[in-house]
Amino acid sequence: MSDDPLITPRAARGRAPDVFHPGAWVPMKEYPQREPVDFVVIGTGAGGGPLIARLAEYGYSVIGFDAGPYFRPLEDFASDEASQSQLFWTDERLVDGANPLKMGANNSGRAVGGSTVHYAMVSLRFRPEWFRSRTLLGYGTDWPLDWREMWRYYAQAEHDLSIAGPVSYPWGPKRPRYPYRAHEINGAAEVLARGAEAMGYKWAETPLATVSAPRGDSPSCVYRGFCRVGCSTNAKQSQLVTYIPRALAAGAEIRDLAMVGRIEVDAAGRACGVHYHRNGAWHFQAARNVIVAGYAIETPRLLLNSATDRFRDGLANSSGLVGRYLMTQSNQAVYGVMDEMVRWNKGPPSLTITEHWNYDDRKDFHGGYCWMAQGPLPVEWSAAMSGSRKLWGAPLREKMADYNHQVGLKMVGEMLPHPDNRVSLANEKDRYGLPVARVTYSWHDNDKAMIQHALGEMQRSLELVGAKDIWRQENDTNHLAGTARMGNDRKSSVVNADCRSWDIPNLWICDGSVFPTTGGVNPSLTITAIALRTADRIQMLQQTGQLNF
Amino acid sequence: MTERNRYPGYDVMAKRHSLSWNDATRKVMDARLGVPREPRFLRQMEWDTLVAICERIIPQPQNRPPIPLAAYIDQKLQNDARNGFRNAALPPQREAWKKGLAAFEAEACLRYEHSFHNLKERQQDELLHRAETGQSDASVWSGMDASLFFSEHVMSDIIAAYYAHPTSWNEIGFGGPAGPRGYVRMQNGRRDPWEPVEAGPGDETRVRRENQRVR
Repeated sequence: MSDDPLITPRAARGRAPDVFHPGAWVPMKEYPQREPVDFVVIGTGAGGGPLIARLAEYGYSVIGFDAGPYFRPLEDFASDEASQSQLFWTDERLVDGANPLKMGANNSGRAVGGSTVHYAMVSLRFRPEWFRSRTLLGYGTDWPLDWREMWRYYAQAEHDLSIAGPVSYPWGPKRPRYPYRAHEINGAAEVLARGAEAMGYKWAETPLATVSAPRGDSPSCVYRGFCRVGCSTNAKQSQLVTYIPRALAAGAEIRDLAMVGRIEVDAAGRACGVHYHRNGAWHFQAARNVIVAGYAIETPRLLLNSATDRFRDGLANSSGLVGRYLMTQSNQAVYGVMDEMVRWNKGPPSLTITEHWNYDDRKDFHGGYCWMAQGPLPVEWSAAMSGSRKLWGAPLREKMADYNHQVGLKMVGEMLPHPDNRVSLANEKDRYGLPVARVTYSWHDNDKAMIQHALGEMQRSLELVGAKDIWRQENDTNHLAGTARMGNDRKSSVVNADCRSWDIPNLWICDGSVFPTTGGVNPSLTITAIALRTADRIQMLQQTGQLNF
Repeated sequence: MTERNRYPGYDVMAKRHSLSWNDATRKVMDARLGVPREPRFLRQMEWDTLVAICERIIPQPQNRPPIPLAAYIDQKLQNDARNGFRNAALPPQREAWKKGLAAFEAEACLRYEHSFHNLKERQQDELLHRAETGQSDASVWSGMDASLFFSEHVMSDIIAAYYAHPTSWNEIGFGGPAGPRGYVRMQNGRRDPWEPVEAGPGDETRVRRENQRVR
């Protein structure tokens, strides 16, 4: 049988890969398909991973499904951008609208562990006011979650992921110290710090999910710099090396290379299992509860593809909001060239940050943004140069030769929710015969105003440190959110604060798609904090007889 | 074409057996360097046009073996390896490339009465610029947006293939694969012994010697 993890499932026959030891296995419990398990979780990323682990640790029977392979990072991961695109979701998605999104590397994953296997590890908390942005800041919509409760779950997530961060974080309310010391900063990160200080702004070492000292079987980060195409040493605290091993140890089953194509609903209108494609055939797994954690594209796609006579517009969609209010984050950048050698590819790409404009409200647009230091690898860098500067031919090769002198600042900015930015179904089918997602996106005036503000600020910062040949990358976006927003009532949201769908009481959605607004920081830590809370809520509801299974 | 070599003597492949490479990296790099040099997906005529386009998008120096860019595009199409998203105004990539290559050829014949690959570089560049700026002859593009095809495929695919090749890493002084060893000296201006040295004016000989020791 092939040992290619992209062809043959590895989690099978009572065992799953031991990601920490080449060739080794850990035992895995397996559940029969016909007997309903307590929970099926679809997706094993920042939302699914912690849920699978915590629910299994509470004693529930849980199966985690992932469409992607079960990688062994120590053996499978090359130091190579091109071949490591094996980590991205590369099945077709159609993009349109005034500002079609670029998908793939930035915002998708197809692996056990989801996109945390290749994310940049940036682990930030929301500004507390963002949970009530309508009431306190006058834009977007309020979340049904209280920031003080989230603060506790952030701390739990930071502990579980051994976040390496500064001794004291300069923005927001007091938080406990980070579990691991901050990483040493590289040349590119130092340029951010000098620029911020010249502007009178605070800066900090970015809290990162890669360990600065050994932790269990994870060695200290060696500053290899290929983080965004997968960590081959297991220093990165992805779901694959944190919650998923915990889940297996607690009795959960993982099914890799298992694409869920449809959620089945019984005559009583309750979810009763999932149809999934694995080993070349469709199968059915019975379940008492179904939790969808496929992120902002696959989650609404699955709900829409699961339509029945009773739920003609898709599951959990009586509000008509499944797929609506898709948000990305603005990810524009300003780059420049320093006289000295910087070698910006050494170490994690975003070692320093300023959240100044997330916490300063003296601006003429809504929402906030941060910016971080940059260190793209050559393929990604050439795509930025050619895509934004329209360079090709000899001028491109000439500019590329400045690679080791480059520095850059890149924003993560809050785009506002709009109903017309959405995921819907296209007529085209994928390799499983399922309609593919159509992703429609247009920037609005507030988004554009924020981008111009940020570009101006980042440019000024680079000018103040003496960078030359400065230019703006105006077109990039990254993380996703929305499409199944949480809220306080069934008319204006898809799920409640517990990530439980209003329409189908045993159907849950727990990933970035529940975000009503997206904030000006990377979303993964917030997704994980919500998942940890959801697991606790499920346990509480079950213990108080409010789940009925 | 003569150009200043900023990293003389540096060959990232010399690190192949060092701690900066693991088995997975050696395997994928061997496959990359061993790419078949003949078309498997494209027909000969399409291939000839593609080779000519690649030479204009990334003109390569004469004093080293060229990176076989067209071979990587053909391989991508042969494997139908996609990017994960597609502008809804474009057909799937195989169809897009076939249509696009046919359109460049047709426009070359229409304007210059020669095949694209037989045109002068200046003429090829002009046709490429016309596509880039949306001024192509719509009649030969059979409904496909030339400018979108140029940015999403001609530029993206060819340039990505170039900078995925170790020869290009030598040019820009990129350290290349870095696992499991990683890097040690993180501060500005500091170099690990397995990173290349950049030559300034007049010190090429010394730098070449140093770069030949980079392992």
